[in-house]
Amino acid sequence: MNGWMGKILRVNLSKGTIDTEALNMAYAQQYIGARGLGTKYFMEEVDPKIDPLSPENKIVFMTGPVTGTFAASGGRYNVVTKGPLNGTIAASNSGGTFGPELKYAGWDGIILEGKSETPVYLWIYNDQVEIRPAEELWGKDVFATTDMVKEATDEDAKVACIGPAGENLVKFACIMNEYHRAAGRSGVGAVMGVKNLKAIAVRGTGGVTVADAKGFLNVAITARKKLIEHPVTGQGLAAYGTNVLVNILNEHGGLPVKNFSEAAVYPRAEQISGEYQTEKYLVRNKGCFGCTIGCGRVTKIPQGRFKSSGEGPEYESTWTFGSNLDIDDFEAICKANFLCNELGMDPITMGGTLACATELVEKGIIPRTTADLHWQDKTTLVEMVEKTAYREGFGDQLAEGSYRLGEKYGHPEYSMSAKKQELPAYDPRGQQGIGLEYATSNRGGCHVRGYMTSPEVLGLPEKVDPDTTEGKPALLKVFQDLTALCDSAGICLFTTFAIGLPELAGQVRTATGLDISDEEYLLAGERIWNLERLFNLQAGLSAKDDTLPPRLLNEPMKAGPHEGNVVHLDVMLPEYYRLRGWDENGVPTQDKLQQLGID
Amino acid sequence: MSKVLFVEPEKCTGCRTCELICSFTHVGEFNPLRSRVSVVSFEKTGFSFPAVCQQCSVAACMQVCPVGAITKDQLTGAMKVNDKTCLRCKMCTIACPFGATFYDGEHDAIIKCDLCDGDPECVKFCPSGAISYREAYTANRSKRKATAAKFQEVFEEGR
Repeated sequence: MNGWMGKILRVNLSKGTIDTEALNMAYAQQYIGARGLGTKYFMEEVDPKIDPLSPENKIVFMTGPVTGTFAASGGRYNVVTKGPLNGTIAASNSGGTFGPELKYAGWDGIILEGKSETPVYLWIYNDQVEIRPAEELWGKDVFATTDMVKEATDEDAKVACIGPAGENLVKFACIMNEYHRAAGRSGVGAVMGVKNLKAIAVRGTGGVTVADAKGFLNVAITARKKLIEHPVTGQGLAAYGTNVLVNILNEHGGLPVKNFSEAAVYPRAEQISGEYQTEKYLVRNKGCFGCTIGCGRVTKIPQGRFKSSGEGPEYESTWTFGSNLDIDDFEAICKANFLCNELGMDPITMGGTLACATELVEKGIIPRTTADLHWQDKTTLVEMVEKTAYREGFGDQLAEGSYRLGEKYGHPEYSMSAKKQELPAYDPRGQQGIGLEYATSNRGGCHVRGYMTSPEVLGLPEKVDPDTTEGKPALLKVFQDLTALCDSAGICLFTTFAIGLPELAGQVRTATGLDISDEEYLLAGERIWNLERLFNLQAGLSAKDDTLPPRLLNEPMKAGPHEGNVVHLDVMLPEYYRLRGWDENGVPTQDKLQQLGID
Repeated sequence: MSKVLFVEPEKCTGCRTCELICSFTHVGEFNPLRSRVSVVSFEKTGFSFPAVCQQCSVAACMQVCPVGAITKDQLTGAMKVNDKTCLRCKMCTIACPFGATFYDGEHDAIIKCDLCDGDPECVKFCPSGAISYREAYTANRSKRKATAAKFQEVFEEGR
């Protein structure tokens, strides 16, 4: 077996059983790996209508065929489950070394089903797998848990775990691996929490082989060379991390401010920028497995009330705790971000929910006696992050995410979310394409399901007018399909700034020996996208959920380069459905499903 | 002139590209445990250190070997293991003060850096320049110059 390992680990937590299965090669060839393959397994086994927090939900950890190889930035794995935040198909992706280690242990993936009566963790040493008691770990944060599990297993074990947020079923709890990396979105950590699964530790002593050694090395070297020579992946991201985007998006007029209620231009952006972070707080750069970019940052606030250190903050966290709350103190932002890592929560939804809550309080909708929130209040920010993870006081309401919070007070329209998942750091009134991306993302509000900022702001692969709707549905479709392929290969999406389909498909082809054309690889991406869509439709979502908060559709941008703009979803959506081969209700036609080989 | 493999851990991002290309070049698979360079990462603080044979002139591995299986390559200076005469007694792995001589238990072999016969693969692909292969006299020159520059700054400011 090349690329793939050929083995799936199935663990039933209700029965305490551990089984080994041969990888279903028909699935692997159609759905590649990681996100696609995990979704295929999941859909074959789980009724989309189930409650995400019921024992019937499963959680799948899946690597890609190039995970753990020399492929450029090819170290990723995906967590697939039905997401507790919004009930859509959740495919949450993480870097670090957990994915490669799982393959070195001999596994393509793990399918976890049922629910343990008591807290447990899973210890995988090659083909020796044990379900171990985790009573002592329960209640511990991500750092303490990781330390304790490594101590009990192997100091070089790679540990993925949940923190208190996952245990307390915070709807946006994440799964953290190697202390700092996160399968961040959709609340995948709460699914581990409800199953009483605290952690998975893995150690592997084997290796991964590829089908065509020479061919693989050639294409991987080409990809690596392009990444090193590219201004974004070789310079911008490498020099300043993802926070390089703060100044870029601000200049573009797309950095959202105060729950998207003001013009997306933040006067004090410089103070929260990647340049500022690098100059004042950077300890060192950090790379995920096999990565030439090394966009990770080790950051330290050496003293003061926000004294802290860790990896990040990334652009999204900086924005969500920064301009989105009108906070210009980088030290407070860092503290909130590191707390999210330690407690195991998604910063995007945390900040988005707090921004929504603050607006509801400022408007008098939530009484100040319930929560005394203000813009610019960095002390409350740090306090609320902690309270949310433990569901204390008002934190219990924040733990449900912004949509449920708004709904509770009769105003869900102030939740800046799509399909009930909070939007990331790009105001779509300054980028029509990303508006369509948010509205059609299969996991709800998300920027990494076809990153339209790339052509619309960064000009990659070529610059398109951000304010026009023209051509956006067609461009987005290609971006979505390519992203699905990239995620399914086990490769980091950031590589696609510099490399395209030939290198992505080329690395998978030479690794696995699956000798299909580039176009057929892209078709696999489309197949994956449609399968996810089918899950959501069967779960009860429909075309009416392909939308954005009314603010973005009706309230014109107040100032800046995109002043007066709203998102013209009504223009783009019908064309998008048509290009996708979906009917006017957003349902894939029989012809389309047949073409894709989905039965 | 003689070249040395020079490691600058402060530049290492912990990506382990060196391990991948090393194991692939030597044994045809991607397996960090079969690599001749091993990146030690302190995950919590994000500090990484590529541990690799320093090709010592007075080499403990060579001295301790009871059968003389480790010899110095005349061309590159690499301490090389003769797989045919090696007893797998593993004394060299114990003697190496850096833990950079390894025993591959699954394949029963002593493995250590052989400098790829003078063209180290890890150097070619290290994305951050943390491992380089260069003339010995240039190896830590940049550190000397950085110190000198700092001194100049302080000295001239003081005047």
